[in-house]
Amino acid sequence: MFYYSIKRLLMLIPVLLGMTLIVFAIIHAIPGNPALTILGTKATPEAIHSLNRSLGLDNPWYVQYFSYLKDILSGNLGTSIQTHAPIASEIWPHLAATIELSFIAMIIAVFVGINAGIISAWKQNSFLDYTAMILALIGVSMPVFWLGLLEQWGFSIKLQWLPSIGRDDIRNGVDPITNLYLIDTLLRGRLDQFWMVIRHLILPAIALATIPTAIIARMTRSSMLEVLKSDYIRTAKAKGQRMVWIVYKYALKNAFIPILTVIGLQTGLLLGGAILTETIFGWPGVGLYIYNAIQYRDYPVIQSGILIIAFIFVMVNFIVDLLYGLFDPRIKYR
Amino acid sequence: MSQTSQATADPTVIEDKSSFIIAISEFWKSYRKNKPAIVGTIIVLFFILLAIFANFIAPQGINDQNIANRLQPPSPAHWFGTDDFGRDIFSRILFGARLSLRVGFLSVIGSIIVGTLLGVLAGYFGKALDVVISRVFDILLAFPSILLSIAIVAILGPSLNNALVAIAIVNVPVFGRLVRSRVLTVKEEEYVMAARSIGMGDMRIIFHHVLPNSIAPIIVQGTLNIATAILDAAGLGFLGMGAQAPLPEWGKMLSDSREYIQNAPWTVLFPGLAIVLVVVGFNLIGDGLRDALDPRMKN
Repeated sequence: MFYYSIKRLLMLIPVLLGMTLIVFAIIHAIPGNPALTILGTKATPEAIHSLNRSLGLDNPWYVQYFSYLKDILSGNLGTSIQTHAPIASEIWPHLAATIELSFIAMIIAVFVGINAGIISAWKQNSFLDYTAMILALIGVSMPVFWLGLLEQWGFSIKLQWLPSIGRDDIRNGVDPITNLYLIDTLLRGRLDQFWMVIRHLILPAIALATIPTAIIARMTRSSMLEVLKSDYIRTAKAKGQRMVWIVYKYALKNAFIPILTVIGLQTGLLLGGAILTETIFGWPGVGLYIYNAIQYRDYPVIQSGILIIAFIFVMVNFIVDLLYGLFDPRIKYR
Repeated sequence: MSQTSQATADPTVIEDKSSFIIAISEFWKSYRKNKPAIVGTIIVLFFILLAIFANFIAPQGINDQNIANRLQPPSPAHWFGTDDFGRDIFSRILFGARLSLRVGFLSVIGSIIVGTLLGVLAGYFGKALDVVISRVFDILLAFPSILLSIAIVAILGPSLNNALVAIAIVNVPVFGRLVRSRVLTVKEEEYVMAARSIGMGDMRIIFHHVLPNSIAPIIVQGTLNIATAILDAAGLGFLGMGAQAPLPEWGKMLSDSREYIQNAPWTVLFPGLAIVLVVVGFNLIGDGLRDALDPRMKN
């Protein structure tokens, strides 16, 4: 297991290097001179030339790439053109907001998706099965941003049950420690604020969770249907074990490998979907950070934002890969 | 000599044709039993017809403004109500179907052509080419698709056509990997080795044996990808990175209407419903095709 982990980790290096190369290439292919963007249209040619030199933009591309790589490895993600602040220090609050939102969305997706899939498989061809699968089909076919807008209209504007925007109330802002507000409010012993943060999380998390929930439900159903036909399940039934016990204790564990793969792959969808969800709900995460950077042509922020999200996606899938063995001891790591 | 007698003279042609007809009828027999797939086919055909005949069906032009009539709720005169410029939402949705279907079909066709080419190169010729192409696929797949599309549109400039190109590029590795894995399987088959041993060239083997054996999964994946391409195009339009005003692209219509949701929810409701319906249609067809053409892909 240890050697396998090291080997898998080493295999990640070319992928991570390739990712930096692609992000670097994309940003450098964007038309327009970054120096001109920073200095404005009234800048003199001398000023542009001097900034180009100080940013290293007059060097050949490979020199620029290696200097970019060196910066990343030393934790320097560049400086935002818009705020003039180092991105590495600026991005963490945004990243924490996205992690909190995506984590809650994934919990909803896994809990609802797996249970809906199990019930569908267990009660195959019943009314419950059809309803769950029709809902799952609509779930995978629904634009996240449309669901978000409908939620805002229904639960914020009409019913006024939940807030429609932001992570906290402007007049009752959370005093951040880790920037993960659920943890921060608990650390400060502010249960009223903890509840406020949950209320802000509900609508965007449900919108973000819709597609992964639907995909996990469909995957769980097909995976469980196969397992429920196995001999050992029939034996357990014959021994008079309770069906709930059989399904959750024995069947789910064996149906879990494909489900786990889907969960890993859905993280990418979740992180990508965050840009749409965060834009609608004014959620100050990396998605909104990138969106605002696009409006301002703040290329260093776009570059670092995309790279960090892709990095998290790759790492989550690496962890999922390692988890396979926990759920299925037959999988041998070589 | 007539064509018929020529064909009769070559028994393999008759065999090919009849086996093709048998395969099609077998497929249709299995597909038509799948009720959800038939529902999906009807939905998609319905939208295709709406898109083709939008000029005749739409009660108004897409940019016919009537400010005095702005934000009117659904009525017999305006089935889906009017937007903030007093434009008829129903008419705009009909023309929007053209844009969404065009992006869906063309982007997937583009991804299939490039993905197949790269997949065949990687799988059939192998070695260093395979390593390079496969690593590029791995790296591209490591990015969430919408983010990569945004980055590509940032280079090309925001427009519907550039969104189409971006979506096509992002999906190339999906088809590339699929074709590569099929090629790796097929090229080890005995009939391919036999073809090679009698001196058949690489191109003939690829076009006569390898590609025909990869078509079923490509069709299935392609149909499912049309659904995601339509969703991605709407997402890019919503973010201002796709279609630009005054084009009636459904995602763009949603983003333009979001500030009126409080007083005119129909401006948001109907374009979204159109997206959901057409995407459901393609997903149902994709699932049906998978069950009929390639049941192994089911899990």
